[in-house]
Amino acid sequence: MTIPLSPQPPLHEGEGDADRNTLSDDTVLDDAIGERNENAIELKEIEGLSQGRIVLRRFLRHRGAMVSAVLLLILIIVAFSSEGIQALGLHIPGWWKYTYTHIGGVVDGGRPTLSVIPEWLGGAGIRWGEHPFGQDEIGHDTFAQVMRGTQQSLMIVFVVGVVSTFIGIVVGAVSGFFRGGIDALLMRITDVFIIIPLLVLTAVLGRTYGNSGSFVLAIVLGLASWTGLARLVRGDVLVLREQEFVDAARVAGASNSRIMFVHILPNAIGVVIVNATLLMSATILTEAAIGFLGFGVQAPDVSLGKLIFDFQTAFTVRPWLFWWPGVMIVIIALTINFIGDGLRDAFDPRQKRALNRAARLAKTEARAKARVAGKS
Amino acid sequence: MLTFLSRRLIASVLVLLAASYVVYLLSANAGDPLEDLRTSTARNKEELIQQRIHLLNLDIPAPLRYFLWLGGVLKVFIGQFDLGRSRSGQAVTDLLSSAVGVTVQLLITSTLLAIIFGILIGITTALRQYSGYDYTVTTLSFLFFSLPSFFVAVILKQYVGIGFNNFLQAPSIPWWVILLLALLAGGIWQGIIGGDAKRRLITVAVAGGSTAAVLAFVSLTGWLNNPSLGIVVIGLLGIGLAFLVAALTAGLANRKSLYTALTVVVIGLAIYYPFNAISDYLTIWSVLGLGVLAVVVGVVTGYLWGGTDRGISARTGGITAFLVAFLIAVDRFMRSWSNYATSDIINGRPIGTVGAGTPNLSDVTSNFWIEGLDNFTHLLLPTTSVLLISLAAYSRYSRASLLDVLNQDYIRTARAKGVSERAVVMRHAFRNALIPITTIVAFDFGGLVGGAIITEIIFAWSGMGKLFNDALHLVDVNPIMGFFLVTGSVAVLFNLLADLSYTALDPRIRVAV
Repeated sequence: MTIPLSPQPPLHEGEGDADRNTLSDDTVLDDAIGERNENAIELKEIEGLSQGRIVLRRFLRHRGAMVSAVLLLILIIVAFSSEGIQALGLHIPGWWKYTYTHIGGVVDGGRPTLSVIPEWLGGAGIRWGEHPFGQDEIGHDTFAQVMRGTQQSLMIVFVVGVVSTFIGIVVGAVSGFFRGGIDALLMRITDVFIIIPLLVLTAVLGRTYGNSGSFVLAIVLGLASWTGLARLVRGDVLVLREQEFVDAARVAGASNSRIMFVHILPNAIGVVIVNATLLMSATILTEAAIGFLGFGVQAPDVSLGKLIFDFQTAFTVRPWLFWWPGVMIVIIALTINFIGDGLRDAFDPRQKRALNRAARLAKTEARAKARVAGKS
Repeated sequence: MLTFLSRRLIASVLVLLAASYVVYLLSANAGDPLEDLRTSTARNKEELIQQRIHLLNLDIPAPLRYFLWLGGVLKVFIGQFDLGRSRSGQAVTDLLSSAVGVTVQLLITSTLLAIIFGILIGITTALRQYSGYDYTVTTLSFLFFSLPSFFVAVILKQYVGIGFNNFLQAPSIPWWVILLLALLAGGIWQGIIGGDAKRRLITVAVAGGSTAAVLAFVSLTGWLNNPSLGIVVIGLLGIGLAFLVAALTAGLANRKSLYTALTVVVIGLAIYYPFNAISDYLTIWSVLGLGVLAVVVGVVTGYLWGGTDRGISARTGGITAFLVAFLIAVDRFMRSWSNYATSDIINGRPIGTVGAGTPNLSDVTSNFWIEGLDNFTHLLLPTTSVLLISLAAYSRYSRASLLDVLNQDYIRTARAKGVSERAVVMRHAFRNALIPITTIVAFDFGGLVGGAIITEIIFAWSGMGKLFNDALHLVDVNPIMGFFLVTGSVAVLFNLLADLSYTALDPRIRVAV
């Protein structure tokens, strides 16, 4: 979960390590000038902005993360608007003509009617059709089922993210702040949960609570997956509590909880947000895995993992029943991973993103100008 | 050190005990173990229920029943290990002993390969940071990271397994596939080797051309149905490997090392025919023995070449000898391939998608090479599906770790005093980068045992994952606990190993005694 997925730039912006020792003195000097110019530009850009604005700026400039965020947003909107919302007694119908429980006649062996190849290329034309993702053998509309499954999986991911982040923060902060006996006790409890493989723990819990609805299942899964975050937060808090601003706050008379939550935690928020995101992308895979084993969300409700579990034997006959939920899982996991990567780059100024082509060109130009200026 | 060890060990055992209690309670409450009997229509229903209650002590509440189970585990100290019985009355220890072997086979192969390839990819991407190759690998590892393991496994089974078996019926590769693969190979190699445009073009031409030539040869001669390397190819590959190993371990300037490696290749070629003559009578142990012997011969050769740094030559010789012996063994396996694939029991569909081996194979033959092939064909797909996902993680770790080291001051110092790039990377950077990788690998392996559950189920391996899955569906607590005991102990053991390796590899880290 804590694997650095983004390329980590070196501390100085060399073009590459291999050719560094071939640089002549001249270019080294130019490099330094170029670097200084560039840093000056960047400093000027973020002058007078708050830390939050700077982070937001960096995040908005991360292309992969932005594309992913838009894609995920579209997916969320489509999933929730097409099938409507049925929760807490609320019942808002969606725009799609079938519900996930609707059973109709099987048309054309349940083959998908979605087609993207135009007629003049020999395809069936660009059309949406009656059952774009196909039907299963008793006539459920796969599009409706996949959208409902996506809703459920997204809900589970979100709830697990919130629950486990909350527990992780509290345990980690208390443990790191008070140290001593409380720390030892909490960390041994964390060890107890870490030693149980996550898939085993969640499968056992899923077997127990799968029948009680997906929301309960989500809460329970959240109760099982906070351990990694707790350790990370503890590590951060252990460092932060020795900083001078904490002493200053204490001298000013701040209480322990105020120091912990108002002074220390905002400084650890980067770690928390990044890892909560990565935890969420891992959760979608975990939910799918226990669904695949048959321990996840139970019928009549559906989740993406359960759809694949139901249709794994249909792969040779009706491959679309397997492909669509699988592709949805990959899309969700991939987009959340990219967003997490963007957040990491945004929060951690040490891990600056690689210069893109335009920036590299600008740098070369600045270097050339500096050389001319230096020689004249 | 001893106090540190014993303290860690005691703490780990206590944590393991607490975790086992948690797992016991959770799995005992996971459902109704009598569900199937309650709804059954058997006439002696009550009797059956009583029987099972008696067998599994279900009349004792779970928080207390745990201590009965724990008592059985603690009997290990008096030599009577007892993990209870499964619902069908089998002893869990028996169930486990057959399952552990299967799982270990799967995990060891895939982990070893993942480590080797992961580190290789990590190093090359770190050295070619921000190149097209680096970005491609980064994107791919994101993708593999986001793939559910069952998705990979099912796709592999369907397209690679069954598709490849179909392909073997008439193994000719279409020209456009050859072209695509050649371009792909050229692209990858120019990414790794790098350089200016001219050098890249040459790389693409050489790598792509040779790939295309090999593929065309394979396609035209039906090599896949009757594969072998032959002494010429082994010789050529051996010389290539000799240069590579010598260049990486000692540098080509060290002539003695290069001569050692080449001598080893010559020795390997000399024993090629004698080895093939006796190979039918070999067993697994004699083959392993020969492998060790080969390494010893390599080391001795290096030592005999002498010189001031005979240690380095010996190392080069040992590594080269191992690789050449491996090539010869692969060639021998390949020669058994057509016998294996066309035999009645395989019937031309060699890639196995079900189980850990062909049933009844031992009735037909007890030839080591045939059995090895059977193992290989059944391991191929499950291993790949476990491999792909952990590979992504390991390559990221090693890339980050090597980049971290490459930015250290002592690397700059080494470069400044004129150490060659090879020595900087291999001796100064790589060794230090291995420290965090080692600990992460040890840590990961502990958790991996739980992760093979899905792969085992899809490929119908009757390993620990399947044992756990079946038991959990039936709410059969004792096998679940048996499974957890193994995974938990492995996790504890490897965490301890991770700590120890850290202190052993990095002298800066001192254990607080």
